[in-house]
Amino acid sequence: MVSAILFYLFALMILGGAVLMVTRRNAVHAALWLVVTLLGVAGVFLLRSAEFLFVVQIMLYIGGVVLLILFVIMLVNLDAEARQPRFHRQWLLALACAVVVGAEIVYVLLSGLEAFRLAPAVTAVQTGGSTERLADVLFSEYLLPFEIASILLLVAIVGSVVMAKKRI
Amino acid sequence: MSQYYTSTDHFVLIPALMLALFGCAVLLFDFLIFPHPKQRKWLIVFLIIGEIFTGAGLWRQQSFLSSYGLNELTAFNGTLTIDGFALFFNWLFVLLSVLVAIVSYRYLEIENEHHGEYYGLILLAQCGMFFMATGTDLITLFLGLELTALSFYVMVGFLRTQKRSNEAAMKYLLLGAFSSGLLVYGFSLFYGLSGSTKIVDVADALAAREPGDPLVVLAMAAVAVGVLFKVSAAPFHMWAPDAYEGAPTTITAFLATGSKAASFAFLMRIFLGPLESARPTWEPLLIGAAVLSLFIGNIAAVTQTNVKRLLAYSSISHAGYILLGLIAGNETGLIGVAVYVAVYAFMTLGAFLVLVALRRRDLIGEDIEDLAGLMESSPGYAVLMLIFMLSLAGIPPTAGFIGKYYILLALIQTGHYTLAVIAAVFVAVAIYYYFRIVRAMFVSERKETAPLASTFGIKVALAVSGVLTLGIGIYPDPFLRMAGFSLIR
Repeated sequence: MVSAILFYLFALMILGGAVLMVTRRNAVHAALWLVVTLLGVAGVFLLRSAEFLFVVQIMLYIGGVVLLILFVIMLVNLDAEARQPRFHRQWLLALACAVVVGAEIVYVLLSGLEAFRLAPAVTAVQTGGSTERLADVLFSEYLLPFEIASILLLVAIVGSVVMAKKRI
Repeated sequence: MSQYYTSTDHFVLIPALMLALFGCAVLLFDFLIFPHPKQRKWLIVFLIIGEIFTGAGLWRQQSFLSSYGLNELTAFNGTLTIDGFALFFNWLFVLLSVLVAIVSYRYLEIENEHHGEYYGLILLAQCGMFFMATGTDLITLFLGLELTALSFYVMVGFLRTQKRSNEAAMKYLLLGAFSSGLLVYGFSLFYGLSGSTKIVDVADALAAREPGDPLVVLAMAAVAVGVLFKVSAAPFHMWAPDAYEGAPTTITAFLATGSKAASFAFLMRIFLGPLESARPTWEPLLIGAAVLSLFIGNIAAVTQTNVKRLLAYSSISHAGYILLGLIAGNETGLIGVAVYVAVYAFMTLGAFLVLVALRRRDLIGEDIEDLAGLMESSPGYAVLMLIFMLSLAGIPPTAGFIGKYYILLALIQTGHYTLAVIAAVFVAVAIYYYFRIVRAMFVSERKETAPLASTFGIKVALAVSGVLTLGIGIYPDPFLRMAGFSLIR
């Protein structure tokens, strides 16, 4: 019961924060609403007893990524941008499309809800904690994807340097 | 070697290891050994050595499979699968990377952007392609796709001082990220339905559900949108003309051939793997996308004056033909897909290489007018371009005809007569706009007198793609045997 209430609270944070982030005119406000959204996601992770993801979500996304976004916003002059119209003229049509697609997805998911075979959340009693379990899986079964992700990050670093540096 | 990294795993992974290793080494050597800009073309030699090691790994895998009479070799608990399919596509990637690398140095010098990172990114992109063709696990496939895409976002924007190139990279990045998001959404539903990321388990779980299950349809639709974007099939093609036009021409050639072939390998792995049981639900969707691609690609190409944009629309229409082979779905159709992807890669690469040679210090050389009188000034290039155009239009005795023949034959064998007629009608439309290029080369008055920027690399690469385009058309047997070996069993 408590967890259901908490889940809906976090869901409200995620969705409300996302909508407000997109619609705010002031970029700093938008970034702060992003923080609310990410906090909601962190809460959902905690509800699923994934405390490692919870910590990572707060430390990396809120503490790292959004902070950097805020720095950039403060450095770049956004007054001119703030005066631009926020939405394209066809936003009503786009909203209608989004609502239709959203309704379809909700309907389909509800109609087949019982089919999802989610593994039960791992608790500390069974395997000594979900963080340990995550580490085990990451370095055994998912060793290869883990290594591919490291090359992916290398390409991202090289790419950003190539794009940003004047003389290379 | 441990339980999680056995010697079989190592054996299967060698080509990707070599690509990643040489990719990183190129980045290091760029400033350690070849600091002077003039020495950078030695990096190409280094890249070719890397490709030789990669090819040796592939060769050992191929001879292992054939000497033990195996159909496939799986590694990392079913995460990677080496089979005829993976080998066929990986050989194609090796060839395409080498050909793109050897034509690049003069072009990049003219554009004043000759950096070592370019060659490193080609190798790392190919490493991603390896996982797209070899992966049989949703996470590995997705990471391979992203590795390839991320390298291409950078390479498309490699002409950093040109607005056109920046805009192309930006557009490709934003739309690519969005489509990847949809793809992952579909993958997450796959995982939710099966509780596993292995393609085999997902296939079993989906097959156990009743046909037309809404959840499967939703997952299929999300995955299909993501993948159709990557192969630039209509109606998800909007990025292609802009990205192709803005990118450096050498990268356009790689994007239109390597990236597209890898995306089709990815598409086949998903649609013939987990989604095979849902064929009745995805068939109408893919038929729609294929016919729309044929229509939009061919009709929009008619009015283009920029050859790169024209070839972009032509590549959209070719994606439609390849999808038709998958829709037919019998053995002829699936061999046809492999044949068409390879043949398409050779002829499109050739056509873009001629444009690379046309880029000179003071001339961009991308408009149809820039080709005027090419027969008079450089007959060799004009004749090669004629061969590529004939092949793209699908006229015998070129390779393009063999590809179209297989696709149409498969459609007729499986009773898709209407689709066969539509496909044949658009061949006629295509002849019109390919021959606008031919007419400019052979009939129009010569305007530009500056000699072409031809280098040894361009000559070799053009010779290879020309010989393959004409050779496969005249004597297709060995090539067809290779393609037949590539069926997913």
